[in-house]
Parts: sequence; structure tokens; C-alpha cells
Amino acid sequence: MSDHDKIYSTKLQDNTERSTVLMFVLTALALTVGGLVEIVPLFYLPNTGMSGGDGTYNGTAHKDKSGKTISMDKIVWNPATSAHKTLDDWQPGDGVRPYKALELAGRAVYIREGCYLCHSQMIRPFRDEKDRYGHYSIAEESMYDHTFQWGSKRTGPDLARVGGKYSDEWHIQHLRHPRDIVPESVMPNYFWLENKPVNVAETVQTLKVMTMMPFNPVPKSIYTEAYIKDAPAQLTGKNDLQALIAYLQGLGNHIKFEEGVNYRD
Amino acid sequence: MRSQTQFWHDFFQKMMPGGRFFIASDCICSGWLANFTIQKGDIVEATQATPVKYDMEVVRWFTIAAAIYAVVGTLIGVWIASELAWPFLNFDIPELTFGRLRPLHTNAVIFAFGGCVLMATGFYMVQRTGATRLWSNKLAWFTFWGWNLIIVLAVITLPLGLTEGKEYAELIWPIDILIAVVWLSFGLNHIMTVAIRKTTHIYVSNWFTMGMIVMITYLHVVNSLAIPVSLTNSYSIYSGVQDAMIQWWWGHNAVGFYLTGGFLGIMYYFVPKQTGRPVFSYRLSVLHFWALTFGYVWLGAHHLQYTALPDWTGSLGAAVSLAMIIPSWGGAMNGMMTISGAWDKLRTDYILRFLVVSLAFYAMSTFEGPVMSIKTVNALSHYTDWTIGHVHSGALGWMAMVSYGAIYHMIKKLWNTEMYSDSLVNVHFWLATIGTVIYIVAMWVSGIMQGLMWRDYDEFGTLTHTFVESVSEMHPYYAMRAIGGMVFNLGTWIALYNIVMTVRQPRASVNAVPAKA
Repeated sequence: MSDHDKIYSTKLQDNTERSTVLMFVLTALALTVGGLVEIVPLFYLPNTGMSGGDGTYNGTAHKDKSGKTISMDKIVWNPATSAHKTLDDWQPGDGVRPYKALELAGRAVYIREGCYLCHSQMIRPFRDEKDRYGHYSIAEESMYDHTFQWGSKRTGPDLARVGGKYSDEWHIQHLRHPRDIVPESVMPNYFWLENKPVNVAETVQTLKVMTMMPFNPVPKSIYTEAYIKDAPAQLTGKNDLQALIAYLQGLGNHIKFEEGVNYRD
Repeated sequence: MRSQTQFWHDFFQKMMPGGRFFIASDCICSGWLANFTIQKGDIVEATQATPVKYDMEVVRWFTIAAAIYAVVGTLIGVWIASELAWPFLNFDIPELTFGRLRPLHTNAVIFAFGGCVLMATGFYMVQRTGATRLWSNKLAWFTFWGWNLIIVLAVITLPLGLTEGKEYAELIWPIDILIAVVWLSFGLNHIMTVAIRKTTHIYVSNWFTMGMIVMITYLHVVNSLAIPVSLTNSYSIYSGVQDAMIQWWWGHNAVGFYLTGGFLGIMYYFVPKQTGRPVFSYRLSVLHFWALTFGYVWLGAHHLQYTALPDWTGSLGAAVSLAMIIPSWGGAMNGMMTISGAWDKLRTDYILRFLVVSLAFYAMSTFEGPVMSIKTVNALSHYTDWTIGHVHSGALGWMAMVSYGAIYHMIKKLWNTEMYSDSLVNVHFWLATIGTVIYIVAMWVSGIMQGLMWRDYDEFGTLTHTFVESVSEMHPYYAMRAIGGMVFNLGTWIALYNIVMTVRQPRASVNAVPAKA
């Protein structure tokens, strides 16, 4: 016990082990590097679906097969340049748009019920996933997804492009009693969603909050004051099941993908 | 008339008699490495002959709480596993559906069970390895009640569907704020106790605990940033790609620094204590700590291979994941070799069995993880039950096993007694091991089968299987997984019974007896 000044490692390590402050500071520094390297660039590099707020996307440039740049307005809906000027006029293929009021209410139900724990919303660029679910997902498609819903598990199938795949009636029957439609399903019955009216106040507040986000806010030219003012009229009288179906039917059909174009590069 | 408070006071008085108690410092300083010695001559005397007074009452409460939460957390796990095998088991009650109970299961196991173990052992080790009492005993009690309040709030809110929708960070924003406050109270107390230690060097366990404290603070704060829309709901300020990366930076480092780093601190203290031998290699522990501290942070991106995240990020995550095999196995070897020369003890020391098997699972999981991060493997394994199996080989095999090793060790020291039944410890050990193995084998088979079925093409070039075929094929494995979980859960009941009987058994006045020096 007398040789406690002997150093068994390096001088720095020994000093660190003797000093609470040094140990704390060096540990705190070592812990920051990986996160900084992997996270910070995603806020400014191209192909991360990060809007500059002025129609630019950090230099993202998708090129068609002839090498010509595809306008970002074709990827992300821009009411200023689009033929369809309002959320209600928007058509599939016009580009990524924010959620309509009822869809936003449905998205809250999707999150509340933990759907993301069994369903992914992120199609990978594999042949089987293309055949099963459709075109692989790209960054811009979830740019308005505050609290992303990519998921990590497919106990059920991917839902990134479920919009329009089945009829509303199919969804009603399936959500009520999944095993009536798919006998092997292990999904819970959600018939009770019909008894729950949509939370109007919270959904309206969500519309407002989405325009206040520090990153990728919904432009106020889309969630206009008039749109937010009109939202309660769209929501009143609807139930959670209808909202959820509206959300599901709006998933994945925003962009008109061209065959053979690399959208991820 | 006796008030409610009085009742609980008496209840715990009976269960956990005595306040702070005397016990000689048996810090492993002299054995761990030669230069880890007591600074002042008089303290050397004090730690070797005369007792040092510690604040151990709060440790006792955290320990008992951990044993209870282990039962609850794994029971909920068994329940939801059964729901996947037999969907009628939610009885069409919204609060019992898989989507609402799964976050409760993960939170109960990680934050209730894991958190109480980490705080019990954290406060225990930092006092004993520093030959000092806690910086603030009052603050430690605030941490105890605050942490348990958070757990109670989680139990209420999650089944009601109040969630932020981020895996392992589901709790709503007011609870998130409470978590930050309570976590910092734990961190401050721990680090200040390190600062007032009587020893020259900081013991390796405390490095890992400090690393965990700092990293979890970073992660929790950054990942939880959200704008509220009501008292119970909020939306992340990040979206899409950025939110995904931040979420898995959180997700994987909660594993890396909380479920691994924190528990490695436990390993570095309790394995040497239980074997009565110093840590095998000091230098290896230095390498282990710094490599994990610097490297683990990078791994989160491997959860997002082939997603819309830029390719380089996932590849970088995978590359560093592979590199992490080296320090992880170095650490596992360091623990295993500590036992080297005392292997015969495994015949009689059931607590040591927990610790050894936990190290084996640690080594296995830290090999499996990097393998799964390789893109070609990940293409198959991602989205499947293989991931769930991997998590459980870590959570059941490594984390819970090393926890129980530490809990049993502490119970004996904290109450200055022997276990009520050693053979029940052995029964628990076998149930835990067998349950874990059944669970992960079921998930390996189901996970790989899912991956293969989804990508299979027939001779005509069309997909061989519909999705729902893969669901129905999973049924036997989901049943098997539920059984594995039940076996493990049975073990936690036995442990709880054994622990309660141990602390209730009569013994000589615990307050007055200095423990064996």
C-alpha cells in the first residue's frame, strides 16, 4: 500500500483517475464526438429532407434519367408553383404535403395506439420490398413527420404506401375486427375507436404548433389562418376511426416517382 | 388513529429495520490495483480496522424496489408476448392492447427495474469504493421518491395512450422534465460523492457510472425536445431523417451507456467482490472504459441501414459497431479472468453463477450486435424478431443476470445476513438461464424465418409468401417466446420471495454489529 504514487498506465490516465473534475470533463467530451459527427451534418447535407424554408433543400438535386435536374417542386408540393393551390385541392403526385386536419387527428391516434411498434413506414430499396410495398421511401416523404414514424419492427406489414391500397370500407372492417378480414392477423380489435370523438381542440393546436417547429415547419402559406380557422368544421362530428383511416389513406402517394431514377443518392 | 403514513413507516421498519448502520469499508481498493490506495494514513487505519459509517438505508429501498419492479416488468412482458400469440388476451380493453402495454413493459424493465438497480448499486459502490458517506443523504432520498413517482406516473399514463411516440422515450413531456430533475439529482449526488472520496483514485465502476450519468443527460434532453400541444401531448421539434437519427442515437446509447455502461460498473465491482479476487487487468479496464465511452456513441446509425438516412451515416455506425467487438470482449474477458483461479466457487456460490452467465451473455450480445449491424445481415434481420431476441439476450441474459448477482450480494451485506435460502437462489439462476435461452432461440428462429420468407421468390419470379403467411408461421415461436418469458418471470417471483424472507428473518442487532473487516 505504500507505492500509491506508482503509475500503472499513463500520466494522463493516472491524473484523470485522481481528479473528479478531469474525469468528468474528459468523459463528457469523449461522449459528444460520435453524436456530433453523425447528427449535425444531417441538418445541412443534401438528401436529408431538410427544408431551407425558401423552397431550397440543402442542395438536394434529384436527376432524371437524361441527367436533367428534377425540380424540387415536383418532390415537395409548393402551392406557389403547383396547379393545385390549397390542401383540399392537392392531388396525389403533386408532391409531399403536410397532413390535412383530419389526417393529423388520425396520426395522433396512430401514435397513441402505438401502431408504430408493429408497423414500419420506411420501405428499403430491395426488390422484394418494392414488389410488396412499392417504391422505396425517400427523405422528403417524412419531412413533415414531427415525431417520425419509421418504426423498427414489422409484426404487421409496412404502411408507408398503404394510402389508396384498400378502400375505406375495407379499413373500417379491418380496424374494427382484423380477424374478420385476415384470419391469421394478431392485431388488436379497434372497433372502440368509433366511440371516441376526434379531439378537436388538440388537433387545432397541433396545426398551429406544426407551423412553429424550428426544423421543417409547415409553411404558413399551407396551414393558412383561414385553414386553421376552418379546421374545427372539418373535425367536428368525426370519430377516431374515421380520422385514422383518413391518415392511412393519405400515406405514400404524394410523389409521382419516375422509373429508374435514383432518388436517394 | 394510525395514518397511512404511519402504516407504511411501520411496514418498512419491520421489513427493513434500522437506519444507517456500521460496516467496515471493504473497498476492493487494495486488491484492484496496487496504486489504488487510501490517501491519508489515518483513513487507512479507519477503513481496515474501525468502521466507516455509510448511508445505506436508501440503497436498501432501491434494492427492494428493483426486486419488485423486475417481477412487474417481466410480467407485463409475458402478457404482451402472449397477446402476440393469442390476440384475444387483450379482452378488447384499450388499456391492455399491445400498442399501449409494450411501452409500459420496456419502461418498467429499463427504467423501473434497471434504474433502481443502477441507483442502488451506484450509491452502494460510490460509498464503499470511496470510503465515504454520500455527499447528501437527503438528496438520495429525493432521488428515490422522485424516481418512484416517475414510475407510478408511467404506469398511469402509458396504458391511457399518453405517449410521445418515440421508442424507449414514450413518456410525456411533463414526466420528461421530472426525469431530467431526478436524474440530475442522482448524478450530482454520485459525482459529488466521488469528489469527496477518501481514496486517491476513482474506482473503475464509478467511471462507468459517471459516463452513464453524463450521456443519459445529453440523450434525454436532446431527444425529448418537443413542442407541447396540451398538458399530455407534444410533438418532436425534429422530423423525418433528423428525428430518426436522434431517436436512435438515444435508443442505442440508452442501451450503450445505461444498460451496458451502468451495468459494467456493477460488473467491475461485484464480480471481484463476489469472487474475492481483484479485477484481472487494470489496463484492460482502462481500454474498455475509454473505447466504449468514445465509440459506443457512434452506433445508433446502424438501426437505420437502408432507410432514407444518408448511406454514409449507417455505414459509419456499422464500422464503429464492428470495432466495438474488441473493447467489449476485452471487458468480458476482464470479468471472466477475474474469476479465473476461483472457478471451483461456481459449484457452491450461486450468486457467482449469475455473474458468470451474465458475462457470457454480454460477450454473446456484443458479438451478435455488430454482426447484425453489417449491412448484408441487417438487410435480413431488420424489422424482424431477431432484433427483439438480441435485445432480450442483452436485457435478460446480461443486464438482469448481473443485476441479480449484485442484488443478492448487496442483500447479504446490507442486512448483514445470509440468504433465507441458497437453493432458491440456485433455482432462480436456472429459471433465469433457461427462460432466457428459450426466449432468444425462439426469436432467432422466428426472426430469420421472417427475413427469409419476406424476400423469397418462386420459380416464376413472384413473391412466394404473402405477408400474413409470415405472421401465421410465427405462432409457435411467439408461444415459445411467451413460455420462455414465463419461466424467467417465475424466477423473479422466487427471487422476490427469497429476498423478502431474507430481510425479515431475525438476526442479531444489525445496527451495532460491524461487519467482517
